Amino acid sequence: MTAAESVLAGDRLALSRLLTQVENGTESGKATLDSLFKHTGHAHLVGVTGAPGTGKSCLVSQIALEVRKADPALQRSVAIVAVDPSSPFNGGAILGDRVRMRDLAGDPGVFIRSMASRGALGGLANATAGVVQVLDAAGFDLILVETVGAGQSEVDIARLAHTTIVVETPGMGDDIQAIKAGILEIADILVINKADRPGVENTERALRVNLELGYPNGGFHTFIEAGHASQDAASPSLDADVWVPPVLKTVAIESKGIAELVQTIREHREYLVKSGLLALRDRERLNHDFEVLLQERLKQDWLKTTDPSKRDEILSLVFDRKLSPGQAVERLIK
Amino acid sequence: MPEQRIRVLIAKPGLDGHDRGAKVIARALRDAGMEVIYTGLRQTPEMIAEAALQEDVNVIGLSILSGAHMALVPRVIDLVRGNGQSNVGIFVGGIIPEEDVPELLAKGVKAVYGPGTPTSRVVEDIRADFAAA
Repeated sequence: MTAAESVLAGDRLALSRLLTQVENGTESGKATLDSLFKHTGHAHLVGVTGAPGTGKSCLVSQIALEVRKADPALQRSVAIVAVDPSSPFNGGAILGDRVRMRDLAGDPGVFIRSMASRGALGGLANATAGVVQVLDAAGFDLILVETVGAGQSEVDIARLAHTTIVVETPGMGDDIQAIKAGILEIADILVINKADRPGVENTERALRVNLELGYPNGGFHTFIEAGHASQDAASPSLDADVWVPPVLKTVAIESKGIAELVQTIREHREYLVKSGLLALRDRERLNHDFEVLLQERLKQDWLKTTDPSKRDEILSLVFDRKLSPGQAVERLIK
Repeated sequence: MPEQRIRVLIAKPGLDGHDRGAKVIARALRDAGMEVIYTGLRQTPEMIAEAALQEDVNVIGLSILSGAHMALVPRVIDLVRGNGQSNVGIFVGGIIPEEDVPELLAKGVKAVYGPGTPTSRVVEDIRADFAAA
């Protein structure tokens, strides 16, 4: 049996080993991923992001538990990809998200994989998209992707996920934080976790006011640089109800508010299907993947046909301040 | 660009609630450039084997201070091998009486580390085990 066939047949060790291959970017991993691609596109991808210590891991664990309650016998039901940061100095990492997920141990319908960010700065690892594709092909219905503890601009998750949950906690900042661009903009669902703490009313008010200001465009946002893709794709039907991100309160450690959160995730999925946004987001994401791979490939091909000494020669002119980096690139390409 | 890193699972099987040693080792391995999956306290052998499978680790480090190592360690080894992970190196650290060490090594443990072991030795042993696997 090939690696791809074993993964499709539900072999967990084969799946785990393929994830390593994809993470390491090996040739065999790439080839297997290519052959599995036609089996992707079925899973609901849910991203969970927020600052360090807001309770993302605990919340992810609780969401998975709640989903598993509905159909405990189902195999390959929930996959979790949890990303933690790599050291910028030695490349090592402590991946500690499983500590909060011990309640899921022993459930054969759940598969948890920890990933180090390996130098990527958008809140995910470069290989996270590939890892998610493998889990999608392997037949998991729900894939929860937990980002690195994110600050203000780690928004890669919104490109990858169908539903993005942004987790806040009471006391994380005033109303100016709430109107800044970045992470709050990407939320499909806003969760105030640790909602038993003082100040929860202020946080909720700041988030709601921001949402009221933010919805002249009707909950429909696309990435700016992917604009041409969204114009080519079928436009979402404009009479569909607008999705305004709901603000939910949870106390994940006590399982409070989790049933409502899971219900809201389901409603968002239904909204995406009905409005046509699911297909649109899928196309945007694939378009982005395509562009990234195209750039990388063109660069590699170009490097192969270019004399390294010429490159060094021109670079030394930049070091001597005789050419700007921009002029150097122009001269090299000609 | 292909990039491979040594993935290590650090786990505490059994009921003792003291994980300072496990955290010191986890940190030392991190500083040596490894990716360390830390699972926390009070893990059953089944939980450890399942985590090792899902994470496709190269090495498992078990920290035990409770005295239950002769029951827990062979169980972890059997489960991990039963899952088909024949090349995963298993290392044990903690309070292990010297007379128990030969039997643990005979059951397939790569090395047993007592208090005061330099972390550099653990790093070297894991690198050597990974290179040989």
